[in-house]
Amino acid sequence: MVEILLDATVRAGTPILFATLGAIINERAGIINLGIEGLMLIGALAGFAGTYLTGSLLLGVLFAFAASFLAGSIHALITVQLRGNQIVSGLALTMFGVGITALFGKGMVGLTIVGFKRVAIPGLSQLPLIGRPFFNQDLLIYFSFLLVFVIWFFFYRTRWGLGVRSVGENPAAADTCGFSVSTYRFFAVTIGSGLVGIGGAYLSLASTPMWIENMTAGRGWIAVALVIFAGWSSPRAMLGAYLFGGITAMQLRFQAMGTTISAHVLQMLPYFFTILVLVISTQRIQKGASQQPEGLGLPYDREDRK
Amino acid sequence: MTDFLKIQNVRKTFPGVVALDDVSFSVAPGEIHTLLGENGAGKSTLMNVLTGLYHPDRGQISVAGEPIHFTSPRDSLACGIGMVHQHFMLVPAHSVFENILLALDNVPNFYSKKKYKEKIQKLIDEFDLDLDLDIPVWKLSIGAQQWIELIKLLMRDCQLLILDEPTAVLTPQEAERLFNVLRKLKEQGKSIIFISHKMREVMEISDRVTILKKGCSIATRTRGDFDESTLASLMIGKDKIPQWQKNLQMSDEIVLDIQNLSVRNDRGLSDLDDFNLQLKKGEILGIAGVAGNGQKALAEVLTGLKNTSQGKIMAGEEDITNSNARYSYIAGIAHIPEDRKTIGIAPDMSVDENLIMKSFKSGSFRNWIFQNKKAIRRNAEEKIEQFAIKSGPDGTPVRYLSGGNIQKVIIARELSEHPAVLVALYPTRGLDIGSAGYVHKVIADGADRGMSTILIAEDLDELLKLSDRIAVMFRGKLIGYVDPRKTTREEIGLMMSGEKGSLPDLP
Amino acid sequence: MKLVMERREISSPLLRFSAPIASIAVALFVAGFLLLASGVSPLAAYKEILIESLGSLYGLSETLVKTTPLIFAGLGVSLAFRMQIWNIGAEGQIYMGAMGATWVALFSGIQNHWVMMVAMFFAAFFCGGLWAGVAGILRARWQVNEVIVTLLMNYIAILWVDYLIYGPWKDPKGFNFPLTAQFGDAARFAEYFNTRFHSGFFLAVFCALILYLFIERTVWGYEIKVIGSNPKAARYAGMNTGMAIFFVLFLSGAIAGIAGFSEVAGLQHRLQHGISPGYGYTAIIIAWLAKRSAIGVVIVSFLMGVLLVGGDSLQLLWQLPVAFVYAFQGLILFFLLASDFFIIYRVKLVKGVING
Repeated sequence: MVEILLDATVRAGTPILFATLGAIINERAGIINLGIEGLMLIGALAGFAGTYLTGSLLLGVLFAFAASFLAGSIHALITVQLRGNQIVSGLALTMFGVGITALFGKGMVGLTIVGFKRVAIPGLSQLPLIGRPFFNQDLLIYFSFLLVFVIWFFFYRTRWGLGVRSVGENPAAADTCGFSVSTYRFFAVTIGSGLVGIGGAYLSLASTPMWIENMTAGRGWIAVALVIFAGWSSPRAMLGAYLFGGITAMQLRFQAMGTTISAHVLQMLPYFFTILVLVISTQRIQKGASQQPEGLGLPYDREDRK
Repeated sequence: MTDFLKIQNVRKTFPGVVALDDVSFSVAPGEIHTLLGENGAGKSTLMNVLTGLYHPDRGQISVAGEPIHFTSPRDSLACGIGMVHQHFMLVPAHSVFENILLALDNVPNFYSKKKYKEKIQKLIDEFDLDLDLDIPVWKLSIGAQQWIELIKLLMRDCQLLILDEPTAVLTPQEAERLFNVLRKLKEQGKSIIFISHKMREVMEISDRVTILKKGCSIATRTRGDFDESTLASLMIGKDKIPQWQKNLQMSDEIVLDIQNLSVRNDRGLSDLDDFNLQLKKGEILGIAGVAGNGQKALAEVLTGLKNTSQGKIMAGEEDITNSNARYSYIAGIAHIPEDRKTIGIAPDMSVDENLIMKSFKSGSFRNWIFQNKKAIRRNAEEKIEQFAIKSGPDGTPVRYLSGGNIQKVIIARELSEHPAVLVALYPTRGLDIGSAGYVHKVIADGADRGMSTILIAEDLDELLKLSDRIAVMFRGKLIGYVDPRKTTREEIGLMMSGEKGSLPDLP
Repeated sequence: MKLVMERREISSPLLRFSAPIASIAVALFVAGFLLLASGVSPLAAYKEILIESLGSLYGLSETLVKTTPLIFAGLGVSLAFRMQIWNIGAEGQIYMGAMGATWVALFSGIQNHWVMMVAMFFAAFFCGGLWAGVAGILRARWQVNEVIVTLLMNYIAILWVDYLIYGPWKDPKGFNFPLTAQFGDAARFAEYFNTRFHSGFFLAVFCALILYLFIERTVWGYEIKVIGSNPKAARYAGMNTGMAIFFVLFLSGAIAGIAGFSEVAGLQHRLQHGISPGYGYTAIIIAWLAKRSAIGVVIVSFLMGVLLVGGDSLQLLWQLPVAFVYAFQGLILFFLLASDFFIIYRVKLVKGVING
């Protein structure tokens, strides 16, 4: 029973995990991206279409990454190169994503593909309790485990990572040290957006292998909130995504058990929960237990520093 | 020997302002070349041109004989020019190690943490500095942060080091240590551009001095060819500083009594620690201290921007620590904030609207819930005339005014209600001599009318000239008071580094 | 040669005025390719949009019907913008406003038309206001990001209304459809010209005027502008910014809530799913395009009304999803943001040799 619930937790949390990781990379470089919801939809549709057309799940994931990378580059261009308002640009990206996927996804509604299958890791998958949820999953979930570590390593053990963190904290300092603020920010936004797209593709390739208009249902916004919960750290993002996944799994379980509580009320739970988490994690920032990148949301103009 | 750096006829303008008009000078290897100039003479702009942050409109810069056109800080660094900015270019959340690593060239993407730590540690030992590589920078004192900036440049093997008022954040003792390091670097053949307006330091360390005035380099003197008074007269020129007679009419009535006040900053450290201060009616109380020793927190508490964690603030008999009472009291205190653009004004709004920011609720500016636009306009006309504000056409947003005029808008607003208390933070920073003199006069005139002033400034001369008493702060504590007519710079200097003064109690 | 960006000394009024228009034009151009890609001739589509929305009295009335909720929601969002507060939750506030008005209409037992109208108005006003006020309290008291809170509360509001119309408020005579019962005559706006055009529009324009006076002429408006321009300066001038944040978000949500009242009293005459097909999101663009002006909100709302009516007809004619309008709105915002850059900066070619 607990094992099944844990399994459902991981599966429900994974799309959010990808999206949160992508958003963290954006924000670490100092760019707020409120287009996560739109990027997830773009990734979901591109992933589904890619797999449907080529028959390859791997190509589908690549399509998802590439499409969101491109869509993210609009946000990057506007906020980094043109120093536009990050909040408005992100909202525009979400609207654009919702609209364009509805338009191009019209022909995809009702089609089916074979989604990602579970691949058991010999030995480990036999472990009690954690075997099934963590070692008998599909490849994208294993990839997400790897990604959590890779992103941590990237930020704290590589020079590029140091550069990304620095342009997010104090772009003027990074600039005087010879790091190109706009290049670092541009690629942090686009690559981060690409990962968000993979999160969307998880929905259309693994969770429910089909395309449904607006199938993200606010998960992108939950990811935006989880970035704050995660304190901009990838391991904590995993925790946050699975906490959310757990709530979703339990809510589905309640519904399946046929409670008298209205399904609509149960569906509100994840949103309530996210607001609650947001309030608590904001207090952590206030107390100094977690740090928001200091340059977050601020455009950088070299001649305008004072 | 050929000059390492040569600058000829450089000019740089910003929208509406000529920051640099015509600047020429040169620096040789193994030379400490001082740039001397009043605030606003163009020193910082010149440095930003040299480090590639700004593009000059005109003029020639050559490095080692080659003409150079910098388009970014990267170009300037590549030429071996490095700068310790007045506002440090550090990432506070990162460790000392990460900050230094950030500045290094040719670090492979997958670097060996151990190898680089060893390299940096070697340099730290060579100059006998005291720095822990693993702690985050925000935990360090400002003096220690400056060492990081210097190490960054040395690790990059910069040939020309630019130091922009490095001693402003140091105690006299720390400054001496810095000078020793600079002399050592000079022996190694490095060129150093030293920016300061503290005359004694300039005398102590410079090989050559170039004087900047209103964006022009007006003279260059070699060591032996200058003394304090010639430099001062060159720097100040024929501008007269308005003088006034101090009326010693200080009473013993205490208008503001701060008792055992503690304030924690955003990161949980103490900005003010068991701090005590008493302000008497009609006095100008100067606050001296190295920047970053709690002056800002003190002003923020008094301006309502920060809450106290401990202690009491008494206004006469009334305890105003409790925030509601404090807010209403604060509304009656006049403030000249440190950072004019970030807290002094609403930049998108007009001069008219900025002038009533503190009195918009008063009956003279409103009819019931509506604003009285006519009265607001009339008030603005009066103030613009009285304080000689160059405000541009009606309705011009304040952000388009020059620094001096913004300061005048703030002062006009703050002093128009004849406040009992004024808190002034660095009120003349960035102003030309004329405007600064005007600000001094306004403060002194206020004192004559019985206004009590807390004057926080970095320039000891300014404090000595204006104050009736000077209180010295160190690490968020009050070290003691001195009498400006009896004290010496050395005494204040010692107190600024934490030694008890001669007048621990009221004089 | 190198491109260099330089701040303009003064941005030209001509540029500032023409930028939004140019943005819409470029967005139309780019959206044309999207239409082409889905097999629709852009010219035919744009012609269709204009004819459907403005080409007849009926079309115009439909456009004004859509303009009405957009004005309310746009005013609400733009009021918050004025103080640099982001109310992305107008959608949820519309739903909550509609819920409040519906509750009064169905369960209060009031018979008199005007008493009913006033009661419904205030019910919507407070429901919308309190809904946004939650984000206001969280932001003012605990610095919680209001963008995320207001947005997540949209989902909650819509689910809550779903719960009511599928559950306790479902019309017993409604053949099990998720709808409430129809309102009585006392709870309906007057309609005109035999169209769906209703009094809500006049109420919306009136609200715009009141809000204009409020912002530009009153002491509170002044306070909001100071806080919006520089919150630190406001605090330093002794203004209670926390209270102002709550108050402005409350008022912002309340005005958006009136849209819900106007929709149920003027158009739907009952509460049902999809009472707002995203008016709350369109409101964000309206507020941004109108650049802080209440009168601008009315004008831009009308433009968006044209677009929505046109979008509906595209759906009927070519089966384009209505959400296509969102893509178009996103494009407008993108180009508007890009045009802002060229208002502030001048782009120059600079000659130079780069050494080292």
